[in-house]
Amino acid sequence: MSNSSQRSAVLDAIRLSLGVKEGEKSRETPARKRLERHPHNIVPERARRGAKASISLFNETLEGQGATVNRVKTLAAVPELVAAYLRSNNLPAEFRTGDDNLLAKIPWGKTPSLTRQQGRGQGSDAVTMSRAIAAAAETGTLFLTSGPDNPTTLNFLPDTHIALIRAGDILGSYEDAWNRLRDSYGERSLPRAVNLISGPSRTADIEQVIVMGAHGPRRFFVIIVG
Amino acid sequence: MKPASRSFKENAVKALHDDGLQQALGKVRYGFVANRAKARANLPEFETLRDQARAIKEHTLAHLDVYLEEYEKKVVESGGHVHWAPSAADARDIILRLCQDAGAHTVTKGKSMVGEEIGINDHLEAAGIKAVETDLGEYLIQIRHEPPSHIIAPAIHLTKAQVEADFRDRHKDLPQDRILEEPAQLVAEARAVLREQFLAADVGITGANLLIAETGTSVIVTNEGNGDLTQCLPRMHIVIASIEKAVPTLEDACTILRVLARSATGQEFATYNTFSTGPKRPEDPDGPEEYHVVLLDNGRTEMLGGEFHDMLRCIRCGACMNHCPVYGAVGGHAYGWVYPGPMGSVLTPSLIGIDEAGHLPNASTFCGRCESVCPMRIPLPKMMRHWREREFEKGNMPAGFRLGLKLWAFAARRPRLYQTLMGLGMPVMAKLASKKRRFAWLPLAGGWTRHRDLPAPQGKTFQTLWREQNGRQ
Repeated sequence: MSNSSQRSAVLDAIRLSLGVKEGEKSRETPARKRLERHPHNIVPERARRGAKASISLFNETLEGQGATVNRVKTLAAVPELVAAYLRSNNLPAEFRTGDDNLLAKIPWGKTPSLTRQQGRGQGSDAVTMSRAIAAAAETGTLFLTSGPDNPTTLNFLPDTHIALIRAGDILGSYEDAWNRLRDSYGERSLPRAVNLISGPSRTADIEQVIVMGAHGPRRFFVIIVG
Repeated sequence: MKPASRSFKENAVKALHDDGLQQALGKVRYGFVANRAKARANLPEFETLRDQARAIKEHTLAHLDVYLEEYEKKVVESGGHVHWAPSAADARDIILRLCQDAGAHTVTKGKSMVGEEIGINDHLEAAGIKAVETDLGEYLIQIRHEPPSHIIAPAIHLTKAQVEADFRDRHKDLPQDRILEEPAQLVAEARAVLREQFLAADVGITGANLLIAETGTSVIVTNEGNGDLTQCLPRMHIVIASIEKAVPTLEDACTILRVLARSATGQEFATYNTFSTGPKRPEDPDGPEEYHVVLLDNGRTEMLGGEFHDMLRCIRCGACMNHCPVYGAVGGHAYGWVYPGPMGSVLTPSLIGIDEAGHLPNASTFCGRCESVCPMRIPLPKMMRHWREREFEKGNMPAGFRLGLKLWAFAARRPRLYQTLMGLGMPVMAKLASKKRRFAWLPLAGGWTRHRDLPAPQGKTFQTLWREQNGRQ
């Protein structure tokens, strides 16, 4: 069977079971409206607490999931924080980022011991850094988008992943974060990959014992700026 | 894989005497069950979210043709391809052809129950393409040539000693004297071995937890990050998903994801929830050059609108098996096919037929815990009962069993006769019992008394006691 006849076979079988016909306006209109308007369902109270409470919930939840979280006032404080984190974990003072313009604005030159490389992730990367476009405080979840600014491979290949987010980008709910993405990418349109990340990689596949660093990063370090 | 559900009884007996398995199963109760209860208590809106998640799926199923067409439209707009597979064989052919067209030698795989259902690995291997499972649990069972024993923790039946033995046997080029005692050491070894596979693969195949019609997006939910490495490194990403995975919008996906991880592992949210839309864009430095989705029917459209319609709401969280006393006693392999536990007892007969899987709907005490924890409120016991009725109608039960049921039904439908018989029987049974008030042997009850004593009735029927106490406790 060709793809088009297989397609009609499945769609016809659905319509037969539902007892409906193709092109019924009474069914198509409400479905299309739902796609256009994407109405909210219930959003938990913990995701509707305002900016200040959201940041502390974000912090607390993410740490509970095995991440390290730190907050600094300005971008200027980031290089020293990164250098100190890498030192304290006995990691090389080398990391890779994409072309993100906020990360580019950080005065890396102030801390000459740090070496920043640019490009997509490599199998040999020990440390990488990306910037999250938004976060949902309700479960300590960062939203990272693919593209040259923050290549997806940076999120999964290294042993240690550092994610930077501006305090103002920490929102309450997933819905808030998706609306932020709709502002950037338009309605009914997304970048190739959106990674919702809530901690370091983990597995419990052997005797239900939690082990960090199954395939992705063993350490996840989140820096809040602002 | 070839189903072994016909031997459920023999499989169960074997499982009950398997010490390693019993040790592994004991951990389910204290892990998943306790964690789910904690996650539920932590979210006051949990029950309301369950109601809404259920309503979203019902709405989607009622408009499934429309949403699938919208989904397809958006996938194509983002540069991807959609393939429709009426049967498992169609899906296997489509995937093999895509891999061959891509000139693939090695395929990495994210965990996919639909992949297990259609037996994609064996099909690829037969055509000379190496398929490597990358989820740690799936990798463990792949090297043992076993099916998964749980839908979210496929290797839950294994102990770390078994894993160590398998790794020593499989990874022969590593030093013999290396230490592999702790889970962390075993995980580190698997990570290193599989990292090479990720980087060498030509095609990555993943499943999908959700398909979003609004944006043409497939979603995978993982904790290890293996699914992401599977799909962002090779030249081609193939998504294999059954048609009922569709949801309308990102908001609807949020509601379902809020109940999924909490019901499954008891986490508030899985570590990685990845939303993929099409292949890499012109400016992207990474991601697959081709993105294909294979939409599988394989019996789903027949369930739609019928007795087993509710099963199509299942989001494969595994809560039903985590809470099932039968699964807890015999584990997943006894069920003999891909989907174990209560959800498997309903789904498996729909997919491979009641003749093959007739034992499964009977492998239930009807205690109802599965339904009470199901995030999508699927009436699993009711549907197992439907299968039992069909089985009875088809005459699949042994003659003695049917006769017994008929006699009981004759009496049960005549309350006076039933009470008289019971009123006569109880005192006699009480007298016949030894001083221990237990029977070590009883005619027609050998199946019970071979393994344990049967407590003797105390002399009065339940209804007599009820009357005497006016219904008081």
